[in-house]
Amino acid sequence: MITSTTAGLVLAGILFTMGLVSMLIRRNLIFMLVSVEVMLNAAGLAFIVAASRWGQPEGQVMFMFILAMAAAEVSVGLALILQLYHQLKTLDSDEASKMNG
Amino acid sequence: MGAAFYIAAAIAILSTAMVITRYNIMHALLYLIVSLLSVAVIFYIYGAPFMAALEVIIYAGAIMVLMIFFVMMLNLGQQSAGDERHWLTPRVWIGPALLCLFLLAELVYLIMQPPAPPAGEIVMVDPKAVGKSLFGPYILAVELAGMLLMAGIVGAYHLGRQKKKITHRFLERATQ
Repeated sequence: MITSTTAGLVLAGILFTMGLVSMLIRRNLIFMLVSVEVMLNAAGLAFIVAASRWGQPEGQVMFMFILAMAAAEVSVGLALILQLYHQLKTLDSDEASKMNG
Repeated sequence: MGAAFYIAAAIAILSTAMVITRYNIMHALLYLIVSLLSVAVIFYIYGAPFMAALEVIIYAGAIMVLMIFFVMMLNLGQQSAGDERHWLTPRVWIGPALLCLFLLAELVYLIMQPPAPPAGEIVMVDPKAVGKSLFGPYILAVELAGMLLMAGIVGAYHLGRQKKKITHRFLERATQ
């Protein structure tokens, strides 16, 4: 019999692994940012499941911090991608590894 | 564990699989919204209704709107999707996918391993307790999160600003 805690943690693990695979196989910068979002969301799900397992509010507090961090990370990341796109005229992350100084 | 959890979990996994396999960025973002909404349903099932509302408002609302407007601003269309199709060959994705699959199998095995804990029931945590905890022992972390958001705003403004192109006045005169 699978308990609810086990099922939630397995789901969080599956979602996190999907984000990790996407992060590893993509070369488009926006897709990499999206996969970071998927991974952060999976981590938040694990915190919520843990909060419901122990009946303590700390897990939900941590999820709110993850939410704030994700919002800040997305805004700065999108601004960085905008600068890179204007400089390189492409979203290929391999292009950014060459220093055409 | 009711059927509602398994349906929402299946939708979350399917839509996330669609996110990581699409070539067109806009399709991927729309599937990601579906995935976030189903995760919000799962939050509700796990006794966190306020967090479910925050997930819908901030993740599926604010962050996804930001990314969709960004994609529209860069005007990425068919050409970008063609690039993506060109980059994403099986030779590229089969290795990392298999390695991560092994890691996931190990993780699931370890989660399943110990005997079932005595308290397997879902405990409802009401938003009042979350608020009391947030503004009691965690008040310093809340202020730090506010400073992080402020740094994010300033950083995004600084990085996103278009630099005014300054040419030398002699060059300028030469081009006129």
